[in-house]
Amino acid sequence: MTAEEWQLLSFTAWVSALSTLIILPFGLATAWLLARRNWPGKSLVETVVSLPLVMPPVATGLILLKILGERGPVGGFFYRHFNFDIAFTWRGVLIALAVMSFPLLVRSTRLAFEQVNPRLEQIARTLGASNTRVFWTITLPLASHGVVGGMLLGFARALGEFGATIMVAGYISGKTATLSTEIYHAFNNGEDAHAYRLLGFSVALAFIAVWSSEWFMRRKKSR
Amino acid sequence: MNLLLKNISLPLADFSLVVDVEIQNQSTAIFGPSGAGKTSLLDLIAGLRHPRSAFVQLGDRVLTNTATRTRVPTRHRQIGYVPQDLALFPHLSVEQNLLYGCKENRNSNSLFGYEHVTQVLEIGPLVSRRVTNLSGGEKQRVALARALLASPQILLLDEPLASLDTMLKSKIIPYLARIRDDFKIPMLYVTHDWAEVQALCAEALIMERGRIVRRESIL
Repeated sequence: MTAEEWQLLSFTAWVSALSTLIILPFGLATAWLLARRNWPGKSLVETVVSLPLVMPPVATGLILLKILGERGPVGGFFYRHFNFDIAFTWRGVLIALAVMSFPLLVRSTRLAFEQVNPRLEQIARTLGASNTRVFWTITLPLASHGVVGGMLLGFARALGEFGATIMVAGYISGKTATLSTEIYHAFNNGEDAHAYRLLGFSVALAFIAVWSSEWFMRRKKSR
Repeated sequence: MNLLLKNISLPLADFSLVVDVEIQNQSTAIFGPSGAGKTSLLDLIAGLRHPRSAFVQLGDRVLTNTATRTRVPTRHRQIGYVPQDLALFPHLSVEQNLLYGCKENRNSNSLFGYEHVTQVLEIGPLVSRRVTNLSGGEKQRVALARALLASPQILLLDEPLASLDTMLKSKIIPYLARIRDDFKIPMLYVTHDWAEVQALCAEALIMERGRIVRRESIL
């Protein structure tokens, strides 16, 4: 593996892991609200959360670009007040990966929360536990395999993300290039050997992530 | 202690739970066939269900009064609830289950202290085990102990012996009698087995399709 390939691989893994960690608290909160509460607008939120799963990633990326670009509401705010760009930087990659893997994390986590017997949570309350304590001591530990499985699935999705990333962050070698954008770029430029090596790395990484995710889910089922 | 249930109305699938009763006996059975609304009544007392209308008073504490929108949260009701499936926390050890709601200091020798409760229910040797490795009767005793350790003002027992065979039932009944006699807290005991009523309760409220149709004293 060359130094450039190693840098590319570690950047992709690092930014994917960070995006998964960033969406974790929001994913847990959203999944819990969807699994355990009924509220007006719930079906709307369910739909919006799932949109990135079914929309073309390039379309999601275009929406993000409009929001995060220098002239967009969020990107413009950060540019004016903090003097930094989001689009076409590693921050853009991070946000694109986070948005694209969020639905997978929420779906797995929600399913895991729904499988926790609500009677256990109710009885914990009769024993004097607050909602927060019930969540941390009963709901989350019992759903932990599903949550970890969802995180790994989200991480795997982030590793392979292409469409949204190329729209929001483009391809800047050494700065915003990820495994998938680099494979595309290398193949387009006729660097087949480089592209196939990267392909091998991405298959190995994705295999490990999906296999681990399945293993966690299976452990939950067999308990 | 008095448990006052007035103007209770809770819509269920096929009928409504409609109850107006004052309970004064230390151990009262709610007796009736499956699906009569017995568990729903316990849930309502514990604050786990939202009634259309209800006035629930335990001693001098109003727990629910829909007329004034009073609703004491479940965690502040001081109610010990042992549901039919026991709801032991499967990821915790017996000891962690017992200490989950324990109000007293671990070394306290008080009535609802850890030492006394585990001694009365004879679960000392079980504390380091996982709840998933316990027998039916052991689980039953751990669930009872866990509820008692929260120092409740009333104990709600939902068919605690329903899943046990006759042999195990006869082993657990003396423990329940011991709880009734040693801890002196009021006990609402849901069952559809008249033999359990006779063994443990002073009075039975007969429930059918969400209503208390008869009240019987047990001699």
